Amino acid sequence: MSSNGRRRRRDRGQMVPEAEFRSYYGRPIIKEPAWTIEVPWYFFTGGMAGASAPFAVAARLTGNHPLARGALTVAGAGVAVSVPLLISDLGRPERFHHMLRVFKPTSPMSMGSWALAAMGPAAVGAAVSDRFGILPGLGRVAEVVSGVIGPSLCTYTAALVADTAVPVWHEARRELPLVFAGSALASAGAASTLLTPAADAGPARRLAVVGAAVELGAVAAMERRLGELGEPYHQGPAGRYARLARGCTALGAATVAVAGTRRRWAAVAGSGLLLAGSALERLAVYKAGFQSARDPKYVVKPQRASLEAAGQTPT
Amino acid sequence: MTLTDLPTPTFGGGYDGQAQPRMGFFTDTSICIGCKACEVACKEWNLVPQDGPLRLTGDSYDNTGALGASTWRHVAFIEQAKPVQAPDVDLAAAAAAASGAVADAPQAREGMRWLMSSDVCKHCTSAACLEVCPTGALFRTEFGTVVVQQDICNGCGYCVPACPFGVIERREGDGRVFKCTLCYDRLKDGMEPACAHACPTKSIQFGPLEELRERADTRVGALHRAGFGDARLYLRDEDDGIGGGGAFFLLLDEPEVYGLPPNPVSTTRDVPTVWRAAAVAAGVVVTAVVTAVVGGRR
Repeated sequence: MSSNGRRRRRDRGQMVPEAEFRSYYGRPIIKEPAWTIEVPWYFFTGGMAGASAPFAVAARLTGNHPLARGALTVAGAGVAVSVPLLISDLGRPERFHHMLRVFKPTSPMSMGSWALAAMGPAAVGAAVSDRFGILPGLGRVAEVVSGVIGPSLCTYTAALVADTAVPVWHEARRELPLVFAGSALASAGAASTLLTPAADAGPARRLAVVGAAVELGAVAAMERRLGELGEPYHQGPAGRYARLARGCTALGAATVAVAGTRRRWAAVAGSGLLLAGSALERLAVYKAGFQSARDPKYVVKPQRASLEAAGQTPT
Repeated sequence: MTLTDLPTPTFGGGYDGQAQPRMGFFTDTSICIGCKACEVACKEWNLVPQDGPLRLTGDSYDNTGALGASTWRHVAFIEQAKPVQAPDVDLAAAAAAASGAVADAPQAREGMRWLMSSDVCKHCTSAACLEVCPTGALFRTEFGTVVVQQDICNGCGYCVPACPFGVIERREGDGRVFKCTLCYDRLKDGMEPACAHACPTKSIQFGPLEELRERADTRVGALHRAGFGDARLYLRDEDDGIGGGGAFFLLLDEPEVYGLPPNPVSTTRDVPTVWRAAAVAAGVVVTAVVTAVVGGRR
């Protein structure tokens, strides 16, 4: 691993002269995350569920009960899938409940665990109650609870990755939550569009389009902020996922916006593209983090620059 | 509690009268001879398993690679084409004089410089690993060190990318994270950590942090006077991005040459910004939902 890294750097250095930086045999300075592929998929399912829950409450308040049912189903199913995804990613899954030993605001994962622990039963309970007519009063209370917690479930995952030493995540800390919010909204709107009769799905289609716009705008802002550091979003797997995500999201939003109201097939196809775009965006962010952790230049160069900006001599 | 108060207290809180003087390492790399006794002693004492198959990296004498779940001390070897600041004794001239031959111009001041450095967990004052740990498995001991409670860790892996030095890692086949404990068990019995005990040159010095800092200041001053202008202390000062290291170093070149970050910052310093951005984005979610619904049914 290490000697390959060094060789790679030398080869590249011969072809494209890079800004000078020094390293220890080209080896990484920080560790890549230990997380597995369940994690970006949880970002997707958790975000979709998180945005669907307040959407269900809002639909209910405007008397659109078919839409509320669709959104609630997405919220319940999304959370139900999220919990096993997260637990299976642990190195010691049987100790998942250790997450609830402490309540720790410096740890987005701690706060997220509590949010998910409250959201899970509420969203699943509300969805089951609504679908089968069991304990409707309690179901409505659960619906409101999940609607209140939902928005935080959409964006804490961005806080989680931003609160690391991974350059491409940490330096995007101001924009990343908005990227995740947009992605969550787009997927929630798209999923509810699929599960709701076309006549009642207008707000879902609008949510999908608004979410896609937020997502694409936030991604652009994030790339502007990152500048040279954003290179992983244009290279390797992250680059491929990022390009695909943006294409799917833009095309899906356009399809839903232009033809989604009149043509059911357009709404369905557009929603499918938006769901794919949302998931691919999470994968892009996830992979970009690994790529930026692997190369010491993303750690050394900005830290050198910050030292020089502070006018300090190297330690 | 306001957002700006978020970072957890670093030391002294929670132990009342039980708190001990903060203990740490001062690793003086200028006298490291690269014997790796620290690596061996650490493995032996802490029963750390093998860290993968034996392999030769080709990177000087470093076949350990990096700190990780099963490597809590790592000796780095750096070969530099740089004139050596040789001691006053000119060996070539001395040998020539002894054999009666005519001495050539001394060559000793040209050639290669060999840097060696034993790396370890920094036991940061602002320890990101500890602050992001969602189970409380990572904690600060009464000696001010940072230790993983192995019966609590559930292997969530959050500390791994949080560490700005790439120290802590999840162990394959075990699932939990591991790193240097600064020999917590030995400290409890008033003994020095195994690596410091084994170090034959006292490159690794253990003691109360205050004392080590004074010693380091004296040492770096002496090196500067002796002409080693490159000598510098790394992570000694409390005003750096991690509030200073419980383990700090005397280096002879820039930190990144040793595989260390030049200006590490604990990610949790930015936690208020992170939470604010997440809250604003959650507000956008609510706004978007309301906008979509009030726009009408179609």
